[in-house]
Amino acid sequence: MSATGIGAAVRRKEDHRFITGKGQYTDDISRPGETRAVFVRSPHAHAKIRKIDTSAAQKMPGVVAVLTGEQLAADKIGHLICGWMIHSKDGSPMKMAPHPAIASGKACYVGDPVALVVAETLTQARDAAEKVAVDYEPLPAVVDPAKAKAGAQIHEVAPKNTIYEWHLGDVKAVEAAFRSAKHVTKLDIVNNRLVPNAMEPRVAIGEYDTGNDSFTLWNTSQNPHVARLVIAAFIGMAPEHKLRVIAPDVGGGFGSKIFIYPEEVACLWASKRTGRPVKWTSDRSEAFLADAHGRDHVTHAEMAFASDGKILALRAKTIANLGAYMSTFSSSVPTYLYATLLSGQYDIAHIYCEVDAVYTNTVPVDAYRGAGRPEATFVVERLVEVGAREQGMDPAELRRKNFVRNFPHQTPVIMTYDAGDYNASLKKAMEIADVKGFAKRRRDAARNGKLRGLGYSTYIEACGIAPSQAVGSLGAGVGLWESAEVRVNPTGSVEILTGCHAHGQGHETTFAQVVADRLGIPIENISVVHGDTDKVQFGMGTYGSRSGAVGISAIVKALDKVEAKAKKVAAHMLEASESDIVFKDGKFTVAGTDKAAAWGDVALNAYIAHKFSGQELEPGLKEGAFYDPTNFTFPAGCHICEVEIDQETGETRVVNWTAVDDFGTVINPMIVEGQVHGGIAQGVGQALLEGAVYDKEGQLVSGSFMDYAMPRAENFPPFNIDTTVTKCPSNPLGLKGCGEAGAIAAPAAVINAITDAIGTEEVTMPATAQTVWAALQKANRMRPAAE
Amino acid sequence: MYAFTYHRPTTVRQAANLLAKHEDAKLLAGGHSLIPVMKLRLASPPVLIDLSKVEGLSGIELKGRSIVIGAMTRHNDVARSKELQEHLPALAEVPAAIGDPHVRHVGTIGGSVANNDPNADYPAACLGLGATIVTSKRKIAADDFFTGMFSTALEPDEIITKISFPIAKKAAYQKFKHPASGFALVGVFVSKRASDIRVAVTGAGANGVFRVKAFEEALAQRFTPKSLDGLSIKPDGLNSDIHASAEYRAHLVGVLARRAVADAVKR
Amino acid sequence: MTAVSMTVNGKPVTADVDPRTLLVQFLREHLRLTGTHVGCDTSQCGACVVHIDGKAMKSCTMFAWQADGANVTTIEGLANGAALHPMQEAFREHHGLQCGYCTPGMIMAAVDIVKRKGHDLDDRTIREELDGNLCRCTGYHNIVKAIAAGARAMK
Repeated sequence: MSATGIGAAVRRKEDHRFITGKGQYTDDISRPGETRAVFVRSPHAHAKIRKIDTSAAQKMPGVVAVLTGEQLAADKIGHLICGWMIHSKDGSPMKMAPHPAIASGKACYVGDPVALVVAETLTQARDAAEKVAVDYEPLPAVVDPAKAKAGAQIHEVAPKNTIYEWHLGDVKAVEAAFRSAKHVTKLDIVNNRLVPNAMEPRVAIGEYDTGNDSFTLWNTSQNPHVARLVIAAFIGMAPEHKLRVIAPDVGGGFGSKIFIYPEEVACLWASKRTGRPVKWTSDRSEAFLADAHGRDHVTHAEMAFASDGKILALRAKTIANLGAYMSTFSSSVPTYLYATLLSGQYDIAHIYCEVDAVYTNTVPVDAYRGAGRPEATFVVERLVEVGAREQGMDPAELRRKNFVRNFPHQTPVIMTYDAGDYNASLKKAMEIADVKGFAKRRRDAARNGKLRGLGYSTYIEACGIAPSQAVGSLGAGVGLWESAEVRVNPTGSVEILTGCHAHGQGHETTFAQVVADRLGIPIENISVVHGDTDKVQFGMGTYGSRSGAVGISAIVKALDKVEAKAKKVAAHMLEASESDIVFKDGKFTVAGTDKAAAWGDVALNAYIAHKFSGQELEPGLKEGAFYDPTNFTFPAGCHICEVEIDQETGETRVVNWTAVDDFGTVINPMIVEGQVHGGIAQGVGQALLEGAVYDKEGQLVSGSFMDYAMPRAENFPPFNIDTTVTKCPSNPLGLKGCGEAGAIAAPAAVINAITDAIGTEEVTMPATAQTVWAALQKANRMRPAAE
Repeated sequence: MYAFTYHRPTTVRQAANLLAKHEDAKLLAGGHSLIPVMKLRLASPPVLIDLSKVEGLSGIELKGRSIVIGAMTRHNDVARSKELQEHLPALAEVPAAIGDPHVRHVGTIGGSVANNDPNADYPAACLGLGATIVTSKRKIAADDFFTGMFSTALEPDEIITKISFPIAKKAAYQKFKHPASGFALVGVFVSKRASDIRVAVTGAGANGVFRVKAFEEALAQRFTPKSLDGLSIKPDGLNSDIHASAEYRAHLVGVLARRAVADAVKR
Repeated sequence: MTAVSMTVNGKPVTADVDPRTLLVQFLREHLRLTGTHVGCDTSQCGACVVHIDGKAMKSCTMFAWQADGANVTTIEGLANGAALHPMQEAFREHHGLQCGYCTPGMIMAAVDIVKRKGHDLDDRTIREELDGNLCRCTGYHNIVKAIAAGARAMK
């Protein structure tokens, strides 16, 4: 392994600009003549809009325009869409309601944009926004997903507020397996609603160029090309080649910046109407009402066991809250990203899952770090843990007994697991976590009046999203391949253009490592270009732990082509047959001779083209590739959480965390560990702290950092991180992906630890001090006095 | 934020005159309560009177059997005060638990006390120690000062200049932090000074800080955590929100009071 | 409008601003020092932390005129010329940042911690002192490591 190649903990190339304050985030961009936009948002969860009077606002100082949904419709700006078709059990397509960027006639959640004020300054826009008079007729709000079907109908297209009633698996086989079961474990689970809260709030700047009749959108996006495609092809803002989307440095995404949002569309449209650049910067409080939320499932799940603890079957019925409108990929999250993972790491013959997706008068819900897979893992890992406790078995032993051991393994829910060694990660994690010493630690804690518990989560995820043909057959509106272009300059330095987008993942470093490793050139001579549709031809962006497995694979494919072409050039230079050219460590040699050409010389010769005929061989050295994976990848591992609970207050502290993950080949262990740390923190946040709470009227009660508890440094111990490796067989470097693992694994580990500590399973997320205290109170009341 | 004008007086008298002159004016001390609500357009004072240039409002002094703290003294300076560490360490614990280091560099004791946020920490210390709030006009006993949520005995043109805390032999503050805001979900300050035993609770009461007479009487028998065993307060009238029900808050009052007494007796 | 003058990163600056202008707006919009960020509107995230007369403060919770006459240091002014400040270097060395958005505030807070708590910082102290800075990417693990190392390097 070289100091900068694959496997090296190379310090990040991008860091210098971030630690010196020179990052370039969207809000740092200021366009000449720019105006500032403020959205007037519905204060009602569900209301008819009788009339909007903008006249007073128009007269306010500095106002450039006050725009409404009626004008948007008159300009024939199309609706936002959900790009993944799900069909119900009865074969009917999902009920996608119209979603205008600015509501017209009706507002469907608190925060639904109803007007847009554009002014010279932000303060002027805010002042004027208060003068927009909207006459609302409030309607009954639907908030609780479990009661949505009986609530007031939100959209004409969706009777009973039902988007789809979907299922997966063989219900008859599952029922038969349950009938033969020795033991059945049953759980009711709420997967709490989360607010992603990337630290950088969303920003959009729309600019219309009258001279060229073209648009530019600067936005905080994880996938600028998809934004361009949707805004061009579906919303009809401009032809695709007349719209440039630039997502510069982006301050975290976690899924929430995948989606095409109303504000981006509205700023572009307003820029054409006003002839001025229009910039919108979200406040944090606004972000709570405007960014897609995550999770929000209500599930009943059951697991059937044989007398020896073998899992016979699993069934689950889930109600998924998709909010007021269908966000870009929302339909896929509680279906193909969820139910397909219900086999966990286990050999389960029969699985059946039903999912009802419903509209409610809440912010749209879509993918958030893990997207469907944390929900699936929580169901499976809680069932397994509780099942072990109910049957008096050791939870690790029960897991071991049921692990998939032979690969490839076809689950009953679509996925074909390609490689893994689940026992290896469990074993290693148990050693690092010193599970053997836990009983003593528990006794010691008890002496201090603390309850100590230990919980496992042996998770699996499907990443490297995704084989285009497969997702197409499941309803995706796009292919999920990735593109790359390798541009070799005449001096031998290299630019990598990728359709992935980095917003914290360190692509500028890891992608360069792959190239440095392959071409044998210094990592300083490689730069990575992303996030601009004018520079990178097309790409699908970064989410679903796909940038390594799919994005890097595309780079490898392009590098194959570059090497092949460079060998041809070298053959001419060295006057040898192309088949005799060997490329190693940045040098081209002729096999069996001492003739050699350095990488830089070959690059230069490719461009000056003095040594070969331009008819025979094209000058230049630049190759592109599209890589479409043949399978998902299956990162998996074992997380072990240990908690201590203050019996008097219910306060839970995570005191130990061990994670052993199998991500296949690791390019940069430092960056991979960082991804795991961050994922764990978000998962622990979900388990202990975070929860978006709506009141009955549909007001978001937890609408700022004053009420929505964000994880802080003091909420965590140092994490113990390690890996095991089984390479992914389906891509050239054996990569599986690491971005979501922590968030997927963690919630179940925490709740399994808490319930282990307090001896009752009735703990909901977030397990706040009050929640745990109440569970303890209830358990103590139920317990016989003699105990 | 709405437009405003501001003044930067250099004496208390100037500040009080400005306050008298501008009916809706607000005093700006550290600004860490006021500026956030102005940003969110939840407050719109047309006039701000900044106290940062007023002479003589900062500092911590030992005066006889009291510690006197100037109204503009920053939380961080109170938390790190040598005088307090020596004579009244329990009081130093209070600002040390407020907000975060950056907030503590700016926030002031006078601002906190005048604002009387029902979840703030300092009101518990004032009431729990039987402090005297000294203003531009008079001296007000803490027992008379805190009159309800965000409401005090201060007259419209009255300015807190300093707060005098009697030194208590035994005292301690216990805070259960709100997991999001960092304010007190419940905070309990206890003190024992000769005949005066006080238990003051913040965060729990719908009307702000209050004393728990039943606890005080029990502790008067014997100042030990055991004296509070089996005692609790009723949840009626306590705050209830998504983070803590009235029942839970009532429970925490008992737990924290016992822990505070345990800390106090160790001193 | 109100006149403000202060020293920012060693350079005197003077401007006429609306009294409502927050210090962070003054830095970002008037001086184009965009390294100081805004991550919330309730004074909690710490992305906007700068040093005012040597103390870490939230520039989002302060009017520009309140810093009149003060010495302000932002992330852009922390390094001495081309050489990185030891805390900046420690964040890079220990992978104490991912998306980079909270990073300027984190680094400014970290330097302030060292000033107050010294150069030998244990895990618990650092975590407690980071109460005013939110990060959504790193899980804080490497930030804590970076601050401990940066503190030692600042000796």
